[in-house]
Amino acid sequence: MRQSNGYIILFTAIMTVIVGGLLSLASQGLAPAQKRSIELDTKSSILSSVMDRKELKKMKPKEVLEMYDKRISSLVVDINGDIVEKNEKGEPIVAEEVSILKNYKKNPEERLYPVFKYMSAENPDKVESYILPLYGAGLWDKIWGYVALNKELTTIVGVAYDHKQETPGLGARIGTPEIQGRYVGKEIYDEQGNLVSVTMVKGEGNTGLDSHHVDGMSGATLTGKGVNVMLKNYLNYYQSYFKKVKSGSVAAL
Amino acid sequence: MSTETLEQKNEEVVQKPAEGLLSKRRKRLISDPLNEDNPITVQVLGICSALAVTVKMEPTLIMSIAVVFVIVFSNLIISLLRNLIPNRVRIIVQLAVIATLVTLVSEVLKAYNYEMYKILGAFVGLIITNCIVMGRLEAFAMGNKPYDSVLDGLGSGFGYAWIILTVAFFRELFGSGSIFDFKIFEAVGISNFPTNGLMVDSIGAFMVLGILIWVQRSKTGYVEH
Repeated sequence: MRQSNGYIILFTAIMTVIVGGLLSLASQGLAPAQKRSIELDTKSSILSSVMDRKELKKMKPKEVLEMYDKRISSLVVDINGDIVEKNEKGEPIVAEEVSILKNYKKNPEERLYPVFKYMSAENPDKVESYILPLYGAGLWDKIWGYVALNKELTTIVGVAYDHKQETPGLGARIGTPEIQGRYVGKEIYDEQGNLVSVTMVKGEGNTGLDSHHVDGMSGATLTGKGVNVMLKNYLNYYQSYFKKVKSGSVAAL
Repeated sequence: MSTETLEQKNEEVVQKPAEGLLSKRRKRLISDPLNEDNPITVQVLGICSALAVTVKMEPTLIMSIAVVFVIVFSNLIISLLRNLIPNRVRIIVQLAVIATLVTLVSEVLKAYNYEMYKILGAFVGLIITNCIVMGRLEAFAMGNKPYDSVLDGLGSGFGYAWIILTVAFFRELFGSGSIFDFKIFEAVGISNFPTNGLMVDSIGAFMVLGILIWVQRSKTGYVEH
């Protein structure tokens, strides 16, 4: 009986229903918690470009979200620096939900570019710094992060890099405060006002670096190159938006 | 059927009155896989994940917990169903049970420990292909009672766990100079301890694993024929 075709079909059918039901139940039941985790993850990495990481880690999830709501105001622009509010279907676009990865696969002209404005604590209408997302390729796999610029859009006030699988102890150091701290106070424009970005040099322990260069990571030159390309590309994509902010045409937003 | 004869033999053993909850035989179910019949070092199963996740202690610990969970519960479920499972599709049934449990682990991780989900994501999914799990289902749970199967799962799970945790300990210590991300050398005053790229690579895992097997076999006297 146990070996008959009918029994086998019945058994597998019942099994499929039970297993499928169980999994969809779990997926449904856990979906809100998963959405919260992803939201928290995005928001804390945005905040980490302007805040001390240790402090951020000590904060409870609720405090992080409250802080985010209070201090960050976000918008989405296109390559020309014009604000985009609705997608093709006419639904409103939320900057936090724009997938940088999905946009990265499109042509730069077609991408959406979120901007996160870190507002001053005293005056919630005054921008303290602009936070931009970054995305690129490291040595082994994707790297991404956020760069925060001062309100004049000339100087880096902080970066937060992350990576999928750069070599631990070597390229993976881009995720550490040690490396990220090197970017603070660096200038992205030269004296003529051309965008030069900030470049990580080869080798470690270099001295006498100017305001457009940071010390490199020993043994991770290729990851450093990936970071340089990523940073320069994304600063470049936002140039039209920067011009509009500086000329004051979108400052009110 | 081979499984049926196996089962009869086992039932004779179990039918002896009042076998203790942790009788000698049952203790061996747990202790054997820890050392003499270790799934990694003796049976040489589950090597892929032993290489992949052991760069640092924390993901390794999460991975160990996930594997112990999957192996124990799949053993239990298959053992409960062993008299209902049609022989011809038993592998598919085992796979479905394992895959379901693994997916559950992965979803829970995504919801409550997103940090670890990002690191382990793909590897948790690959527990499905971990030969240890399927090996125990086919070799043990299909022919033994539920309680014994749970013990066997615990034994194999912990046998896997302690090996990968040991490997991870040495790889993180010498590869990144830390334990559970705590900078151990800086804490004892050696700030310029060089990190070792070899340990971070999979090669490091092979070396640590090789030394472990060497030490273990020189103690147990196990030889491959």
